[in-house]
Amino acid sequence: MTISRRAFLKIAGASGAAGVIGWPEEARAVREGPRWDETPAMLVDTTKCVGCRACEAACGEANRLPDPARAAGEDVFAGKRTTDSRTYTVVNRYLSPGKGGTRPTFVKTQCMHCLQPACASACLVKALEKTPEGPILYHPDRCMGCRYCMVACPFGVPKFEYEKAVPYIQKCSFCLERLDQGKLPACAQVCPGGALQFGKRKELLEIAKSRIYQTPDRYVHHIYGEHEVGGTGWLYISRIPFEQLGFRVDLGMRPYPEFTWPFLSAVPFVLMLWPPFLMGLYAFRKGKGETARGAAEGEGVETRHE
Amino acid sequence: MNETVQRTVATHSWVTEKLLMGLSPREYVRALVTPGNLAAALILLVGLPVISYRFLYGLGAVTNLSQTNPWGLWIGLDVLCGVALAAGGYTLASSVYLFGLKEYSPVLRPAILTGFLGYFFVVVGLLVDLGQPWRIPYPVIYSYGVTSVMFLVAWHVFLYLTVQFLEFCPAILEWLGWRNIRRWATRLTIGATVFGVILSTLHQSALGALFLMAPTRLHPLWYTPFIPIYFFISSLIAGLSMVIVESALSHRVFRDQIDPRRHLELDAITLGLGKAASVVLFTYLFLKLLGIADGGHWELLRTPFGRWFLVELIGFVLLPCFLFAHGVREKNVTLVRATAALAVLGIVVNRLNVSIIAFNWDVPDRYVPSGMEVITSITIITLGILTFRWIVNRMPVLREHPEYRGIH
Repeated sequence: MTISRRAFLKIAGASGAAGVIGWPEEARAVREGPRWDETPAMLVDTTKCVGCRACEAACGEANRLPDPARAAGEDVFAGKRTTDSRTYTVVNRYLSPGKGGTRPTFVKTQCMHCLQPACASACLVKALEKTPEGPILYHPDRCMGCRYCMVACPFGVPKFEYEKAVPYIQKCSFCLERLDQGKLPACAQVCPGGALQFGKRKELLEIAKSRIYQTPDRYVHHIYGEHEVGGTGWLYISRIPFEQLGFRVDLGMRPYPEFTWPFLSAVPFVLMLWPPFLMGLYAFRKGKGETARGAAEGEGVETRHE
Repeated sequence: MNETVQRTVATHSWVTEKLLMGLSPREYVRALVTPGNLAAALILLVGLPVISYRFLYGLGAVTNLSQTNPWGLWIGLDVLCGVALAAGGYTLASSVYLFGLKEYSPVLRPAILTGFLGYFFVVVGLLVDLGQPWRIPYPVIYSYGVTSVMFLVAWHVFLYLTVQFLEFCPAILEWLGWRNIRRWATRLTIGATVFGVILSTLHQSALGALFLMAPTRLHPLWYTPFIPIYFFISSLIAGLSMVIVESALSHRVFRDQIDPRRHLELDAITLGLGKAASVVLFTYLFLKLLGIADGGHWELLRTPFGRWFLVELIGFVLLPCFLFAHGVREKNVTLVRATAALAVLGIVVNRLNVSIIAFNWDVPDRYVPSGMEVITSITIITLGILTFRWIVNRMPVLREHPEYRGIH
């Protein structure tokens, strides 16, 4: 059996083309990323939060969101609220036994701005993007509305406008626009009790650690977000174990993009190994058929596949 | 003027011959009135307005999707099952063209057509499900999220749709009678087949890999690092079983198109496909067990979800594996066909488990599809069947075109 030059070129060409389509070079760049310790972050000290919900109001105002469920009084804490397509942040109350009855702990939730975000790595059109500045930005002009980010996000943050005929994803942007103007995020700007502290991630981690070390009876020995899913831009410290405050503690420390990384890195191998293998198999089989036909001469109509 | 008349006559006869199957318009319309068509018309009469309603008022007006459950029946059934059940195209094309199993060529064209239409209606399903469907070409022409498994799926579905169209082109060109282009198109067959296998390997598995991003949402018995491999291997099962089911139905429905000698031939083909399906099911069963062992989840088998996992594993993998083997040994074609239907159902169960039933399994807000979601899915499937029939009635899919006998 001989492989004609044409057949060889076909095989070589197919392999080469496959390599060009498939090599996820950029993926690697995204995976390594810049030094996130230097980027803007937020430390939430739940022991200092008084549950005034000024952050919710400021967030709504800064993002021009329709009036959130700003039910007056204590009622708003009766149930657990979640962010939705018109609310980027909510504060919930968790009651736990303390001195003389129950003691409330208030927890603000919003996008965690992961260092290696699942949503951005899942987005097929880069509508969600980890900016070099740190915040995860949503580009509405790119979004197809496939909702894979919602499947991927371990914190269930991206919210979809189901009620609209032309829907978008909505979520906290860390007030990137305000940061660019040198302002604080709206929520941190208005926080009266010092529960929200804005700064470089590295410095905030040091502050959090020194608070835990200096007043160990006031905090559990854990900074939520330091290592969870590879680290998040929002960090939490608390007096109550985090699982009692509605935090997911089963997420692990592995960055989410790493879950699909092994699969994606196998793609170029399939793209490059299948064509020569299959074309070779075809050439081998076809050549064999021809030899056999040559031996048994005078067969009827020769079937050909080119 | 004379020329114009002649041209009108020519056009008229072209329409009559190619589109109306040799009937006059009136006869054609009369021939359309059958119980099956009336049922289909009724489905479309309900379904198409529902689809329009979804586009006018958004997904929330029609679906039970929520912030917790962003994917529902349309992704689980129309997309995941649609792609898996369309795997017959690449399975058969590689068997016939690459592995040289020419005895399967009678079922190749219908398999490729099923594959092509399967993917086409997957895209239709996606268009209904996407928030902004008019942006569906974005990953191909506008913005490249190369770190996303979904990006790979989008590209591959787009490319594979093109490849399958090329693979089916000879039939279309025979129907149109364009000999020269047909000859040119058949030259692409091997290249298209190889490319088709590559694309299928990757996106069948990629559909499973999508769920690698949901380690806390998908039940641990279904969530394993092997899920892309499961999706790929089970797509082979789906492809082989669908070819058995589809060819059996076609031989019944389109009886008048098929040379009676072909029926015996089909029996042999069915047994061969059943044997292959049995072997693949057997390996799949072992890989599934390996997945449980890898995660160390044996104790979870005693929970309610574990029992449901066992139903899938025993009822829809082990049982069809055994029944296929038994049917092939006894040369019981009917049993093999029934088993193929069971295996197809098993694939549907598996895809719905991964995307809906075992997804968000520990969350109180459980997703159940709305009536309008179900109607939409039924409508899309009906459109697929109607298109399949329209093509089979006109183009040489089941029958051979007399002028090209023995050379396709």
